Amino acid sequence: MHRTFLRVSAAGFGLLLSATGVLAAQAQSASHVGNVTGNAAAGAREYRRYCVGCHGAAGDGLGENAQWIDPKPRDFTAATFKCRSTPTGTLPTDDDLYRSVTRGFVTTNMPSWEPLTRQARANVVAYIKTFSPRWSQGSGTPITVPAETAVTMESILHGRQLFQSMECWKCHGPAGHGDGPSASTLTDSKDNPIRPYNFASGSRFKCGDSNADLYRVFMTGLDGTPMPSFADNIQPNDAWDLVHFLRTLQPMPSPEAALWQAWLPGHAGELKPIGPD
Amino acid sequence: MRSKLVVSFTLLALAASLTGALAGPGRSAGSITGTVTFTGTPPKMRPIDMSKEPSCAAQHATPVMNETIVTGPGNTVQNAVVYISAGDQPSAAPAQAVRYDQKGCEYLPHVLAMHVGQPLEIYNNDQTSHNIHPLARVNPEWNKSQPPGSPAIKASYDHAEFIPVKCNIHPWMHGYFVVLATSHGAVTGNDGKFSLAGLPPGKYTVTAWHEKFGTLSQEVEITGSGAATANFVFKALPY
Repeated sequence: MHRTFLRVSAAGFGLLLSATGVLAAQAQSASHVGNVTGNAAAGAREYRRYCVGCHGAAGDGLGENAQWIDPKPRDFTAATFKCRSTPTGTLPTDDDLYRSVTRGFVTTNMPSWEPLTRQARANVVAYIKTFSPRWSQGSGTPITVPAETAVTMESILHGRQLFQSMECWKCHGPAGHGDGPSASTLTDSKDNPIRPYNFASGSRFKCGDSNADLYRVFMTGLDGTPMPSFADNIQPNDAWDLVHFLRTLQPMPSPEAALWQAWLPGHAGELKPIGPD
Repeated sequence: MRSKLVVSFTLLALAASLTGALAGPGRSAGSITGTVTFTGTPPKMRPIDMSKEPSCAAQHATPVMNETIVTGPGNTVQNAVVYISAGDQPSAAPAQAVRYDQKGCEYLPHVLAMHVGQPLEIYNNDQTSHNIHPLARVNPEWNKSQPPGSPAIKASYDHAEFIPVKCNIHPWMHGYFVVLATSHGAVTGNDGKFSLAGLPPGKYTVTAWHEKFGTLSQEVEITGSGAATANFVFKALPY
């Protein structure tokens, strides 16, 4: 009697072990977005229906539409992603990818996939992660975005100094028009020409529209593009100052732009022009 | 039957440990030396126009030449990487960091060889910002800004790879990180010569790589503590 029990429990233990093994193997082909767990096998079906035309069956960004598209569709086999909450050189989180799929990318051919269910989007994210072995390392750790500082003229003016000293203008231009001295020479990591963001264009930011999104863009860099990470060189408070200044370069209404436009008429002469010394 | 198996296993283990001892670093070691040259006509390198970055242009009395191809007298090839691509023992990464400098809007050295896992330190000696953008594919690709006076950027690579490095702000700046899985690798100087020392006897594949000319490999055997020779001749095309 006793012996039988032992044997049964041993068998149960064996079952449990093999179940853990299966779970571990699946961890890599799953995604976790909030309380939704994405499944790569289900994501493959969504991918074949919605994504394959541009991103290709192999995930290499060489779908049949790719040749007509600029910027080119993402090559998932390279596992290099622009919009991340994680430091440069690390993989994005599942949330980052989910946000990209949901938001789409303005000024590109990537639409918003918000019409798909949350489950379907999480599944697609899980499937995208099967195209590169780099995903076995796991995602990077998201950077800390501290609470935003107050929008003041001091903050904006200090941000303007940073725009000069960090040499943002070398690519983005003295007025943020994307026409700096290096702008015409820029290429992405696949040697395709790429333009720096023109703040005056009125288009939204590709990686999200909040001030925190803008903060993340220059603190994480846009991997695969010429935009580097400034995380080692800009302190968090200074970074918010730069965010506040960058908002004044955009034509859209914002608290920063309102403050700037009210201040500027009486003080234009005090500003040192941005550009080479 | 069973005892026979045990005996044969013991013999096998003995043989394995013997081979290990033979190939171990304790034995007197040989070396491979040689020269890397080219035949044909390589493309002409043009001077670099640094006028967009006056602080760098001022550091050079004569214009800097593009360093994609640098040759010496007697058709020698500089900046070729010669390394053991097969047959070498596994080796640990040296603790000593390799140094990469940005000075006068140039990368010094143009080609930097390092061991997998070896620390790498990147310095900006200029009065202008650079962004260091190693275009890795096997390793993670990162891109960091480095304003003047900022501390060294520290990095290392986990996988062997030839990684082009560029600065997006100064598009003429171009170099290579060569990450090797062997401690036996060398970058040729202007005389095209290289020397791979400390190699135990055995058969090796020696590979020479150049960013423009491509790769060449040959089999080399070292017997005893002898010195072997391996010369490489790249074929250069004028485009």
